[in-house]
Amino acid sequence: MTPAFEPEALSWYEGSARQRIAALVDPGSFREAVGPEERATSPHLALFDLPEQFDDGMIVGQAAFEGTPILVAAQEGRFMGGAVGEVHGAKLVGLLRAAKSLALDVLVLFDTGGVRLQEANAGETAIAEIMRALVEARLSGSRVVGLIGGRSGCYGGGGLIAGCCSALLVTEQGRIGVTGPEVIETNRGVEEFDARDRALVWRTMGGKHRYLIGGADRYVDDGPEAFRAAVRDVLAAPGRLDLATLDAEQARLERRLARFGAARDATDIWSALGVAEAQAVPGLSTQAFRAVALGRESAHDAR
Amino acid sequence: MRDWATQKAARAARIAAGASFARGKVVQAADLAPFLEAVLRPGDRVCLEGDNQKQADLLADALAEVDPGVIHDLHMVQSGIVLPSHLDVFEKGIARRLDYSYSGPQAARIARMLYGGQIALGAVHTYLELFARYFIDLTPQVALIAAVSADRDGNLYTGPNTEDTPTVVEATSFKDGLVVAQVGEIVDRVPRVDIPGDRVHFVVEAGRPFHVEPLFTRDPGAITETQILTAMLAIKGLYAPYGIRRLNHGIGFNTAAIELLLPTYGEKLGLRGQVCTHWALNPHPTLIPAIEAGWVEQIHCFGSEVGMDDYIAARPDIYFTGADGSLRSNRAFCQTAGLYACDLFIGSTLQVDISGHSSTVTTNRIAGFGGAPNMGSDPRGRRHPSEPWLKAGAEADPDTPAPLRRGRKLVVQIGETFGDGNVPLFVERLDALALAEKLDLPLAPVMVYGDDVTHIVTEEGIANLLLCRDADEREQAIRGVAGYTEIGRRRDAAMVARLRERGVIRRPEDLGIDPLDADRSLLAARSIKDLALASGGLYRPPSRFRNW
Amino acid sequence: MERLSYTLSAPIPAGGTKPRAIVGVVASGNLEVLLERALAPDLCTVEIATAAHGFAEIWAAVVADFVARRAAGGLRIAINDGGARPDTVALRLAQGARLIAGDAA
Repeated sequence: MTPAFEPEALSWYEGSARQRIAALVDPGSFREAVGPEERATSPHLALFDLPEQFDDGMIVGQAAFEGTPILVAAQEGRFMGGAVGEVHGAKLVGLLRAAKSLALDVLVLFDTGGVRLQEANAGETAIAEIMRALVEARLSGSRVVGLIGGRSGCYGGGGLIAGCCSALLVTEQGRIGVTGPEVIETNRGVEEFDARDRALVWRTMGGKHRYLIGGADRYVDDGPEAFRAAVRDVLAAPGRLDLATLDAEQARLERRLARFGAARDATDIWSALGVAEAQAVPGLSTQAFRAVALGRESAHDAR
Repeated sequence: MRDWATQKAARAARIAAGASFARGKVVQAADLAPFLEAVLRPGDRVCLEGDNQKQADLLADALAEVDPGVIHDLHMVQSGIVLPSHLDVFEKGIARRLDYSYSGPQAARIARMLYGGQIALGAVHTYLELFARYFIDLTPQVALIAAVSADRDGNLYTGPNTEDTPTVVEATSFKDGLVVAQVGEIVDRVPRVDIPGDRVHFVVEAGRPFHVEPLFTRDPGAITETQILTAMLAIKGLYAPYGIRRLNHGIGFNTAAIELLLPTYGEKLGLRGQVCTHWALNPHPTLIPAIEAGWVEQIHCFGSEVGMDDYIAARPDIYFTGADGSLRSNRAFCQTAGLYACDLFIGSTLQVDISGHSSTVTTNRIAGFGGAPNMGSDPRGRRHPSEPWLKAGAEADPDTPAPLRRGRKLVVQIGETFGDGNVPLFVERLDALALAEKLDLPLAPVMVYGDDVTHIVTEEGIANLLLCRDADEREQAIRGVAGYTEIGRRRDAAMVARLRERGVIRRPEDLGIDPLDADRSLLAARSIKDLALASGGLYRPPSRFRNW
Repeated sequence: MERLSYTLSAPIPAGGTKPRAIVGVVASGNLEVLLERALAPDLCTVEIATAAHGFAEIWAAVVADFVARRAAGGLRIAINDGGARPDTVALRLAQGARLIAGDAA
């Protein structure tokens, strides 16, 4: 008797940064830059008696995606929650600058809680430099695609960087935001946001909601096959960034705020979008969800 | 002339006193504290449910609100010390003496209160042992119980979390005790009658469901490679060769890993239908894939598990269900089943010494016993044979002629050599001994005794204590699977090698298992979401386990 | 951080030809192991950086068993430890030896 359900070969959510890269790009095509053997580790963590990681939790390099050269960056979400430190940030800045010089697209596999508290100044600076380098790469024609589906989600500075990307691909388990749930609760109280109500956390910041509200461009299953198909899809479209794009995005966000700003819960937004049974959305399979998501807030060409 | 009906008269007086707060049998929640002051007497033996999972929380809170000037020195007899109010009654002088079984959620506070002399401890029991004493010398005079719903005649529906209630009511009501039930709602007709109304004297409508803890849900996402290795060892090194069909799993990640390996690793070994067919087990969500893949014939449950009700109701061929379609659990019968009708118990613990005694007690935390010592013991009253039982008995005692040689139940301790916080599992001296000294107890609180344990499984291998001929061999067999702990590093290497040659110790490679193959890809479900999908959406995990 | 260093003679040379391999992640209860084919084939060095102090005896035992039983000759091994248990350490070392030999699927 075969079970009705069999888990995927690699769960993106569970996988390490290296496993995700290996499964995403053409087999054996990844060439790492500033790899672990170079031991470019954090200059700060030892001061706090914290262990380092040889790649500082950021893996960068060049690969081929369906034959075409591409640059790849992946955050290791289980090392310090994927948080951005000095070296971690610098590697991503370097990659994005290389994207501009080499005229290549970039895939950024996000898995981060934000900036590393122990390296706050360097981390915040890095976020700003990353955003600048990302925008300059896009202005010169590169697409920068964000993939979000790891344990740490894409929070803090990571959320800001994601906002600059050409396209965002997200899974159900993925989350995109700036302030994390616990910090909201601490600062605003549990009545405002109960961080332990995980269903609420995912309704508010999770992949399905982000897709429905236009905060992500593709919604995919928790596996490399699904991400590959979505990457193929978004790379087939141009990723124009110019003043017209920014104006359109600003208008879209103002309209969205006007339309949904008074909503108390994501389910109110989904109902307003015309979803018949908003409460049922979190339980829907991918296929069923895509069907109800046809009326979602579209990003149009704002990206 | 002796009056032989004093207890009947006493109960009648209590009912009369309580009647002024009731309409028929129904008492309003707002009147609970004065009602309890009217029906209780100082020094009463009171059973408060206090089960492993469900809690009569409204009644517990009300009891903690009574005036200790009126009601004091109660003797609490209850399965579980779970809610803060269960200990508040001692702090306030409402209760004085305690006989119980399990205190996991209050382990730190009850330790402090026992050391501080705020509680006069009768004894810590196993569940079945406490239930047994309800009928002999710890019969409750008042039982404060929890049910899902009641009708106006007091017929109770206890539903999936029936747990201890029938046992408590049987002992209390038929020995002229008073039974007071909190229910979520009063209805015209209950879905099924779990407790007949003539055993119930008062009912209070709480207006909300009773408190239930999800104790038996383990996130497959947290299962480690080492736990998977121990699970492979258990399946291939124990379940297969002994042919274990009837068993009980204690709760833990190692046993969760076994459950999730059956449809994959177990299937590869060709074991479906040969092992793990009949279970005494709570409705573990991690068993869903094995059930769906056809491994399981039948499960009897001690209680239910949050989120599993719809799945259970959709699988009545597997679980015990009532005419209403929902689970009927029963802790007393399931404990009995685990003791006599199962050929294997396997569970985890916090400390094991070189005699094989194990305990979950540390000097700051007293969790009590629950059901484990009962399940993890060899029932010498057993008479019916089975292959695993006879095989284990022959291993333990090869010299006695077969017709006079009882079998042995397999009692297995499974775990990694180092536990949480890198604390070693194996120790020279159990903390339980220090606790016994501190509290002046005649017996150290040992969970499973060395002479009941038949096997120990760690990532280093399996030690078969049945094959040990003396205390030295037993000690070295234990050291031989104690890994890099101090106990393990101090092994007699030559003796351990000899024990391995005899098969007393078997390493993974002796069983054809490569530790590098112990990979999470072997799990039939790797996340709570996978379990929900495997159940076809019937399993609804509680919010704390969600990541969607 | 505590830093430990071991140099042992290795009876079994590392398999394959890959110059390096890396396994694991520096997370709580986990560790990363970087293996580099850099030494004479009968030698193995293991350097460990760990925030958990006082476990040198256990590290020594785990490393000695690994070098004696697995194909570790010629490898310079560097470990960043997040407080992993000895069985996890042994597993990662074995995974690393297999990975650098090119045996892993």
